[in-house]
Amino acid sequence: MAVYERSYRRYPGPLTSARTRSLALARYTWEDVRRSRLLSPVLYAGFLWPLICVLIIYLHHNFDALRLLDVGVNRLIPIDTNFFYVFLSVQSTISFFVAALAGPGRISPDLTNRGLSTILARPITRTDYVLGRMLPLVAMLSAITWVPGLLLVGQQTTLAGSGWLAENWRIPLALVAGGLLWVGLLSLLAMALSAWVRWKPVAGGAMFVIFFVGAGFGALLNQLLDVRWGHLMNVRTLMATVWAWLMEGHATGGAGFGLFRVFEREEIPVWSAFLVLALLCAACIRLLAWRIRGAEVVR
Amino acid sequence: MAAIIELEQLEVTLGRRVILSRLSATLTGKSIGLLGPNGAGKSTLINTLLGYYPPTFGTARVFGHDIRKDARALRSLIGFMPENDSFIASMSGLRYVRMMAELSGLPPAQALERAHEAFYYVGLGEQRYRPIGGYSLGMRQMAKLAQAIVHGPRLVILDEPTNGLDPAARKRMIQLVKEIRAQEGTHLLVSSHLLRDVEECCDQVLILKEGRVAAFCDLEEERRANQHVYDIELASDARSFVDALAARGCQSAWNGNGRVRAVLPEGPDQVDLFALAASHGTRIRGLERRRDSLEDLFLKAME
Repeated sequence: MAVYERSYRRYPGPLTSARTRSLALARYTWEDVRRSRLLSPVLYAGFLWPLICVLIIYLHHNFDALRLLDVGVNRLIPIDTNFFYVFLSVQSTISFFVAALAGPGRISPDLTNRGLSTILARPITRTDYVLGRMLPLVAMLSAITWVPGLLLVGQQTTLAGSGWLAENWRIPLALVAGGLLWVGLLSLLAMALSAWVRWKPVAGGAMFVIFFVGAGFGALLNQLLDVRWGHLMNVRTLMATVWAWLMEGHATGGAGFGLFRVFEREEIPVWSAFLVLALLCAACIRLLAWRIRGAEVVR
Repeated sequence: MAAIIELEQLEVTLGRRVILSRLSATLTGKSIGLLGPNGAGKSTLINTLLGYYPPTFGTARVFGHDIRKDARALRSLIGFMPENDSFIASMSGLRYVRMMAELSGLPPAQALERAHEAFYYVGLGEQRYRPIGGYSLGMRQMAKLAQAIVHGPRLVILDEPTNGLDPAARKRMIQLVKEIRAQEGTHLLVSSHLLRDVEECCDQVLILKEGRVAAFCDLEEERRANQHVYDIELASDARSFVDALAARGCQSAWNGNGRVRAVLPEGPDQVDLFALAASHGTRIRGLERRRDSLEDLFLKAME
């Protein structure tokens, strides 16, 4: 099959490893993501707060700079659990917008014109396909959540000494585990909605509905029935509960920052937060398994 | 001849409906046609071979790879052109086909090269940078063929390849299919409603009806068997001509109104028949080599 001959021939050359095929799909997905004009500013905004945090940590350990700026060290935010809680909350809020912009357009175009029947006819599994489509999103969300968080811990440990890390050993673990849980949940949810709703803006809107309307409905339920279980419908409170438990070993009311708060006197058990998050992830995987098929079954 | 596709009591149930019912066949042809009326199970069989539908009983093997156990290895040997539209509208034709080649395991540089070649091969060279969403129906068919062959598969599965093509494009598609068939080591499975397409492209035909094998025939063998049967129309009744045919070892049937069906043994050819007729005082007005058309076989299978 040469251009000049215009004749068919088989391919005699080398093949890539079967395990890396989903990376090829991830590369194409990344190229598509990069074309989004709206996404880039939001993604870049995700690096702003980490840079401010780098500066704060630096100032904490540089008295010359503090003197130059005429700022007392007691006026700076202390580098403790709360500092990293704020960091994770701010970054997770931005990452939500990144996921809402980048996620819904990943699978729906393949479903619109039955592209899956040719894609899945290749030597890749359905899991490979979903991973390939999800990987760029996971990478982007990680790059603005737990990865810079871990770098900040590294900076603080370098400047304050290993004693600080020994005292705050829960922080890096919480950043990685809590960050990965959040990134995984967001990515799965974005993929599932993209597979479920073929129209991109509607899929993006559905993410807002799940995160905000669900919370409102839960709060209403709490008011009407005088219970606290309505918070199980608030994904942000669920995450705040898990993060607080990871960072401090318990999830007390008032913990958290911004959109991610554990409500005072309305705390929910940590196990229930984990359970609901696990169920949500399982539902997303089930939805993906149902929608991602090479051929639709007409019953 | 080594089996290309082996069906072993293959049964597929979707919902509560049995779509394929205990199919058994060994397909060895270079180019295999899949025929049957709507709902016969042709597309289901193809989707099962690709691993999209799991068999509820039995199994199938493609080049010895079991569809239950070895789906990934099997799919690396297959190129599939589906019946319906199957593309990502926003992608350019070239990028889409290149992605398909990479998913089949070609390294990026080779995938790009093969994608260019495939587009030129199917006659869409000048259109390859346009988004597929803007292609006409005929162009989409060709783009589907390009993605099916870009990685040089051993088995190319074509589901209704001439759907929606105008006569010129159909002719071009058939020509391409014949060229692909001619490539050593490449086999074809062609599913079509158009008997003419299958007749032109295939040497073996599996006819399905209501999820069962209605007939399986080797078209080459049929053609060979029918090679020496002639329908002869004479200008006048000539009993002596029929007797002369018998004397030369031909089996013949005479219906008494100038029409004779004769099976010629090896040796005499058509020219000899004309000479023989002239020597017995008659003329041959019509001479046609008799062969069962695929349509006859199909109709027989549907009875």
